Amino acid sequence: MGGGGAEEELTAQETALYDRQIRVWGVDAQKRLSKAHVLVCGINGTTTEFCKNIVLAGVGSLSLMDDHLVTEDDLYANFLIPHDESIYGGRSRAEVCCESLKDFNPMVRVAVEKGDPSQINGELLEKFDIIVVSCASIKTKLLINDHCRKRSKHIAFYTIECKDSCGEIFVDLQNHTYAIQKVGDEPKQKELTYPSLQDAISVPWKNLPRKTTKLYFAMRVLENYELSEGRSACEASLSDLPAVLALRKDMCDKMIFNSGKLQSLSESQIPTALLERLLPAGMKQHPPVSAILGGILGQEVIKSISGKGDPIKNFFYYDATDGKGIMEDIPPSSSD
Amino acid sequence: MASSAAASSEEAVKAAKVLMVGAGGIGCELLKTLALSGFRDIHIIDLDTIEVSNLNRQFLFRQSHVGQSKAHVARDAVLKFRPNINITSYHANVKDTQFNVEFFKQFNVVLNGLDNLDARRHVNRLCLAAEVPLVESGTTGFLGQVTVHVKGKTECYECEPKPVPKSYPVCTITSTPSKFVHCIVWAKELLFAKLFGDKNQDNDLNVHSNENGTSKSDVFERNADEDLEQYARRIYDHVFGYNIEVALENEETWKNRRRPNPIYIRDTLPEEDIRQNGSSRDCNNDQEDPSAMASLGLTNPQEIWNLADNSRVFLESLRLFFEKREKEVGNLIFDKDDQLAVEFVTAAANIRASSFGIPLHSLFEAKGVAGNIVHAVATTNAIVAGLIVIEAIKVLQGDYKRYRMTYCLEHPSRKMLLMPVEPFEPNKLCYVCSETPLLVEVNTKTTKLREVIDKIIKGKLGMNLPLVMIGSTLVFEDGDGLEEDEAANYALNLEKFLAELPAPVVDGTKLTVEDFHQELSCSINIKHSFVSCATQPSEKVLEVLPELYGVVVYTYRYMLLDEFDEEKEPDGMVLTGWSAPVEKQVTSNGGNQSVASSSGADDADGIIEDLSTKPGMKRKLDEILETKENCDASSSAQVVEDYDDDDIVMLDEDPALAKKKRLQ
Repeated sequence: MGGGGAEEELTAQETALYDRQIRVWGVDAQKRLSKAHVLVCGINGTTTEFCKNIVLAGVGSLSLMDDHLVTEDDLYANFLIPHDESIYGGRSRAEVCCESLKDFNPMVRVAVEKGDPSQINGELLEKFDIIVVSCASIKTKLLINDHCRKRSKHIAFYTIECKDSCGEIFVDLQNHTYAIQKVGDEPKQKELTYPSLQDAISVPWKNLPRKTTKLYFAMRVLENYELSEGRSACEASLSDLPAVLALRKDMCDKMIFNSGKLQSLSESQIPTALLERLLPAGMKQHPPVSAILGGILGQEVIKSISGKGDPIKNFFYYDATDGKGIMEDIPPSSSD
Repeated sequence: MASSAAASSEEAVKAAKVLMVGAGGIGCELLKTLALSGFRDIHIIDLDTIEVSNLNRQFLFRQSHVGQSKAHVARDAVLKFRPNINITSYHANVKDTQFNVEFFKQFNVVLNGLDNLDARRHVNRLCLAAEVPLVESGTTGFLGQVTVHVKGKTECYECEPKPVPKSYPVCTITSTPSKFVHCIVWAKELLFAKLFGDKNQDNDLNVHSNENGTSKSDVFERNADEDLEQYARRIYDHVFGYNIEVALENEETWKNRRRPNPIYIRDTLPEEDIRQNGSSRDCNNDQEDPSAMASLGLTNPQEIWNLADNSRVFLESLRLFFEKREKEVGNLIFDKDDQLAVEFVTAAANIRASSFGIPLHSLFEAKGVAGNIVHAVATTNAIVAGLIVIEAIKVLQGDYKRYRMTYCLEHPSRKMLLMPVEPFEPNKLCYVCSETPLLVEVNTKTTKLREVIDKIIKGKLGMNLPLVMIGSTLVFEDGDGLEEDEAANYALNLEKFLAELPAPVVDGTKLTVEDFHQELSCSINIKHSFVSCATQPSEKVLEVLPELYGVVVYTYRYMLLDEFDEEKEPDGMVLTGWSAPVEKQVTSNGGNQSVASSSGADDADGIIEDLSTKPGMKRKLDEILETKENCDASSSAQVVEDYDDDDIVMLDEDPALAKKKRLQ
């Protein structure tokens, strides 16, 4: 890992550049940021927003993993790719975006990490403090999450997906200790224990509070559909709707039989209209929603690196149609 | 196909012509997100040029752009990834007359990414006059807000009171500081201004030297043959030593206060001879921006210097100003981005602080206090820009039932980090967007027209170029293009008492006040009051507006009769029917209005009226939360209903409840 001891002072250049944000999170957090190493698997409009945010914030390094060649489709939501085929033609998303990101902040090392996220091994992950996965199958996400949890080093794991006007962030910080200070209070030390991605998506629905956001259920239905069909997350279309609706019924029914209680989830609580919105969206993203989700994720990563402020535990949902940005704790923590 | 968000709004977005005001922190993010979202005709206005401290979040700018126009550079950067859209950039002040109502009318929506109250109020008025919807925004640290203002449908930006700037009594600043900020205000507004600013400006600093120094005209003048080192030391001894000694003579002052210690240079730097400042020579020649810290080998702005170091920085920065920046001396105004100025002010404030037993602060901290720096991070700006675009699209689709004000919170509230709230209806008593007349209580026999114009019409109503009519008689008009005799006539009127104007103002007179540029017109009913507006101010207040760092604003507090609430109405005039208690630029010498107009704003992306300090905002947020709280406690049926509804947590579920709260 780069950087020296924690006592090292910020340079005059760093102090001048980061002046306004140091006033928000303090010198200490800034020093920690400059020693953190971040890996992003999957480059799309949303992770691009995230990358911009943490490069500006001054992380130590950022590595991009996405070997897909840039196509015209990628230009739609991505401001890191110049509209010039002579620049992006024949090059991977990671390569082209890496080049643009380097410009944003000369003090951050931005690099390409070649490879396929679905084949990633634990050793590679050990080079990083933060892993962000997007645009990958649920299988890949589970695999990477599992690797992260098995390493002795503490690695924070995030997934982020935007579908049309909706977005989901998942956070696994394993055991996370942080400081929190509210106005007029003494700073307090708090500790959180996170469930794995596997545990968080396979909670029996009957155990969830009634007010859990519909988006959580809808995303699980889509995930299950993807698993059963062996397809990647981005391939579904509206023609899959009947099959998805059947799966929804199936999943809801199971909950009723399992719990034996009738107040369990009924199908109407995962509205067809919502699935209709999410399904054809595939990997298509609504740029303002990407900006919002990428901003929230940037903030979360800064919180987790700096050990300051309440982090999200463990899902965040945003839907532009009602404008709410909601945290969900799943499965619900027993105590607080 | 079930319409995706992007598809359903595509036509409206493509055809839209939008105006962005501000190309700073929010502006950069907003321009990018607009371009990605399919907007094709974007106009962007920004007065500012790029600075280093912008680069941590204004991601369209690079080191090599420092000093260039934000609007132009932002345009060029976005065209790189969206070459086929039209972006028109203006390196100009939105308050310029070229941006008149006609100009605003060409747009479908106006999006604000501004950093100061003055410009926000101005844009609000133009949007109302041009009947163009406005999406307003602001951020401070992790907090942010986006609001929608559509004439006749939602409240306007000025329907809610804005916070009153902090003010400090002059005597606290000049004689009895108790907080570090008092020392900063003293160092910046008084000492810095005295030494390096306009010599003709009123300044409270030299009170003591005037009393005693009968022989010397001005101790702050450098004598013709005086060595720079000697001069710096003489100033040091005068302001930190002699003036404190004089102040100590007044025993009354210190009865219940800690007595300050006079500080003399011979005590703080006894070992150093006048000529010994050898280190400073090293980097004199090649230094483009002279810095006392660099000369003295101090590298860490986070470090709190001791008294000796502060004294060295004081002497060195003073010397550097006279040696390296002599041409600017005499017209400098404190600027938080001027390193040498920040060094001088930090050192002076710290020396004064040690004299008064106040804890010392680092340069970094002092700069924050002196510059009224608004905390800013990239992520909040990105989120807010996304929210602006979402509201803008609703506005373009005329989907007003779904307009929301959205707050970005630092700590989740009811599970929410992004909290939408239904917009409020226009405030029927708002003088900006309704016809309600204002009422001014004033002694018409002792108040001059100038006072009413400066303190009320410009000062409180925020007009730029007002015109005043009494019945059909025009008594005052501002701006260029007046005939000479007209101008002379108006100048005469200004100095007349209200009751002596060509059309006398008496009890019950109605004034019509207009600003053509803002297309704002309002009526003021005059109520004559027997206020004894004594000419002697009882207490002078030194007021520092947060959005106008570097500008001292004086307000006189007059001796008032009991019926006047002195706290609320310091000008001997009572204004009612007016909801924005922003006292600005009422100056001691008749009003220098130009200071507020443009460049004063801090470069951060701030809501000056940030969530934590904006009373109106706080109230709304609180009452909404409270409303929800009540719902939960009283009726669980309500909650279940919420669940079945298409929404999860219905914050804005019960408008009746919220309304009631609002009316209280």
